[in-house]
Amino acid sequence: MSAELRTNIAVVGAGPAGLAAAHAALAQGADVTLIDDNPSPGGQIWRGTGLARGPNVKQARLLASTRVVAAPQAGSLLLESMNEGQVLRYRRLVVATGARERMLPFPGWTLPGVTGAGGLQALVKGGLDVRGQRAVLAGSGPLLLAAAAVLQQAGAQVVLIAEQVSAAALARFAWALRAYPDKLMQAVALRWSLRAVPYHSHAHVLEAVGDERVRGVRIQHGERIREIACDWLGVGFGLIPNTELPQALGCDVAHGAAVVDALVHTSVAGVYAPGEACGIGGVDKAQLEGRIAGLAAAGADDAARALVPRRAPQLRFASLLQKHFALRPELLQTLRPDTLICRCEDVSHAQLSQFDSSREAKLLTRCGMGACQARMCGPICADLYGWVVDGHRPPLQPARLATLMSEPSNHDRKGVQPS
Amino acid sequence: MLIVGAGIIGSALAECCVRRGMSVRVVEAGIPAGATTAAGMGHLVVLDGSPAELALSDDGLRRWQARRAELPAAAEYRACGTLWLARNDAEMAEAERMRVRLAGRGLACRVVRAPELRRLEPELAPGLAGALLRPDEVVIYPPVASRWLLDEALRLGAGLLRGGAVQAVDEGAVALADGRTLRARNVVVAAGNATPDLVVGVPIKPRKGQLVVTERYPDYVRHQLVELGYVGATHGEVDAVAFNVQPRATGQLLIGSSRQYADRGTGVDWPLLRHMLRRAQEYLPRLGGLQGLRAWTGFRPATPDKLPLLGRVPGAARLWLAAGHEGLGITTALASAQLVADLLCGSDPAIDPSPYDPVRFGPFVTESDTLPAEVAA
Ligand SMILES: Cc1cc2nc3c(=O)[nH]c(=O)nc-3n(C[C@H](O)[C@H](O)[C@H](O)COP(=O)(O)OP(=O)(O)OC[C@H]3O[C@@H](n4cnc5c(N)ncnc54)[C@H](O)[C@@H]3O)c2cc1C
Ligand SMILES: Cc1cc2nc3c(=O)[nH]c(=O)nc-3n(C[C@H](O)[C@H](O)[C@H](O)COP(=O)(O)OP(=O)(O)OC[C@H]3O[C@@H](n4cnc5c(N)ncnc54)[C@H](O)[C@@H]3O)c2cc1C
Repeated sequence: MSAELRTNIAVVGAGPAGLAAAHAALAQGADVTLIDDNPSPGGQIWRGTGLARGPNVKQARLLASTRVVAAPQAGSLLLESMNEGQVLRYRRLVVATGARERMLPFPGWTLPGVTGAGGLQALVKGGLDVRGQRAVLAGSGPLLLAAAAVLQQAGAQVVLIAEQVSAAALARFAWALRAYPDKLMQAVALRWSLRAVPYHSHAHVLEAVGDERVRGVRIQHGERIREIACDWLGVGFGLIPNTELPQALGCDVAHGAAVVDALVHTSVAGVYAPGEACGIGGVDKAQLEGRIAGLAAAGADDAARALVPRRAPQLRFASLLQKHFALRPELLQTLRPDTLICRCEDVSHAQLSQFDSSREAKLLTRCGMGACQARMCGPICADLYGWVVDGHRPPLQPARLATLMSEPSNHDRKGVQPS
Repeated sequence: MLIVGAGIIGSALAECCVRRGMSVRVVEAGIPAGATTAAGMGHLVVLDGSPAELALSDDGLRRWQARRAELPAAAEYRACGTLWLARNDAEMAEAERMRVRLAGRGLACRVVRAPELRRLEPELAPGLAGALLRPDEVVIYPPVASRWLLDEALRLGAGLLRGGAVQAVDEGAVALADGRTLRARNVVVAAGNATPDLVVGVPIKPRKGQLVVTERYPDYVRHQLVELGYVGATHGEVDAVAFNVQPRATGQLLIGSSRQYADRGTGVDWPLLRHMLRRAQEYLPRLGGLQGLRAWTGFRPATPDKLPLLGRVPGAARLWLAAGHEGLGITTALASAQLVADLLCGSDPAIDPSPYDPVRFGPFVTESDTLPAEVAA
């Protein structure tokens, strides 16, 4: 267990951002290692089809099904694959860890059959058979439409899309989209493909009902409350950047995203964070930033700088998303005292609402101490109780103890020579 | 009286004193039980590194045992027993000597040979020679136990000032960071590692420890497991690791232990962590396949002789210390509280207080010369 790898540029995450970074750096002749915890590249949107749909990264060393579990010291990452742990030494690091779904709890959200909206989409892309089954998608943001389209295509009957923001906010978003003809066209095409599906704005989930499994969902739609039968309920409130690795590296994080400069360089020398990791903005932003990061990491600063002006509209689009899909406060009001907030450790809303810091709640209720290490409940508690959820402890994800024992080889610990 | 610090030591003292009818106020700068008390393992264990260590830990364990029924379920009190593991004949001989010493105090214990050890703990390495079994030792969850003591004190009439950062202490008075002065007949500093900030010269140094907790593997091990060399490791002065694995009520394993003096950073020391885990793997050969959830560090408030400071600040009449409990403060909290409460009341403690008397390191400087004039007056 003491295998040690070296690379000039390590890219963590093989989604659109990571693939673009790897491609750009390879084109500069750099030696690149691309690491992703999925069996094949693609990230959230291309799901395993990244080699076909993304740029050419054949020259990279690809470590698939491999997770970065810690950053034990500057210049090295601890990796875990199916059967081994190893240390990777790098000179430059591109952190393209993407995002995960933002969840909000409501009564019944732990019932089987209730998942994230993107999570349900991913299950279906992964082969879950939903033919003839009724699905409701609820929450907020464009991802609801994308998920609904995938479900519909797979033969599910999407009985409702419930978007929490008002019709007026949606109209303002659509109006602002005119500056982004491609995105507007995509949205229109998506909406058209879903024309048979009822779409409610100003609608949110009050409760998922069912005993063994979800049977239906109660929806607050404006003033009305409706109950709709369904077999699946996919709920998502947009995305949150995965900042655990940047944080472990010591990078500044603000408003939930890695802080980067124009060349998507973080506050730590030699570390870049393109894509959703530095702010939610979709696949175009991710690819552009990936290219910038890959070029800059390979030392092609001028080429990287030439792309910087193109970033401005992407950042404006990102702020549009944030602005127009802001959560309405009523969404946090559906909770009952016994609604679970921390699913790993079974901690309820009633237990947590008596505390005023996450640390104290954690100490006394074990909230956030379970297998997910607050990846799920941390952001939820921040939304519900206004807590600042304190820093992560290693490992980044549960890891075999054998991995934590793996060690860089003894000879030459000085790091990698420039190639 | 006024207690500075609501870790397990200050909380136990508050509870004990309020039960004796004293008027008690606790001042805590941060989260009660949020400092060292939140970071440790919660093994209630009798250690016999010295006669005084033995006396205090024995008394402490007995007091926890006596209060078992009162503890809330979330304190996860479990009398899982301790196995002190011997690798070879020399360590078996040490186990036997330890048995004689502990049995001499009326403590239940017996030597377990290799075949029985295999039955008790099938995951242990086959080559071990045996163990000393202390069947009635306990594992608890320290922050909840500590908060229970504090809540009991508050229920019985004690007061708590949260967010009260004490800046200086003096005979019967403390100055808060916000400029206020609180007065009391007696002031007890139970500020753990921060004690030397308030009473300059108190020889308490933070001794860093690292722990790893795993996912849930119920019954993977059933006893608290410690290597026999552990007592030696706790008394050394160099960075060291020792095998120490604890089964939690949740089915998780808590893996220790390490001791470091020089490192004051809260981050994980990876080389030492690897070393610690490899040590654990020597005893539990299949450990590497378990999933580790989280690693963290804590700082034991250590004194040069590994005994706490319990009693008056040398030369002072109304300023006291209850600090420096190193890696044994959960075990010894209730014993320390009784002892200090006895001294405060002028009654004779059940155990000889002299080994813990701060005078052994005195005299110290209190911050009185830095108190604003109108406060010191
Ligand atoms: C559930 C979900 C569904 C989505 N569906 C759509 C959709 O249908 N349409 C759309 O336009 N956008 C969708 N998005 C948004 C999409 O993620 C972005 O637009 C875009 O893919 C971002 O690219 P990225 O490279 O920044 O991140 P991602 O595509 O998220 O790629 C990050 C990659 O890094 C890996 N990774 C993270 N941490 C580690 C680690 N420690 N070790 C190893 N690997 C790691 C991840 O597994 C992932 O493969 C979805 C997002 C989510 C979360
Ligand atoms: C890794 C590790 C493992 C351990 N394992 C065990 C074990 O298995 N068994 C065992 O018995 N013990 C164990 N211990 C030891 C035990 O945790 C400590 O001895 C005990 O918690 C010390 O308690 P305390 O109240 O003195 O200190 P703390 O818990 O640190 O409390 C001191 C309090 O004082 C407050 N304070 C400090 N300065 C000020 C100020 N100026 N004004 C106001 N308040 C202030 C702090 O905020 C804090 O809350 C372990 C310790 C560590 C680190």
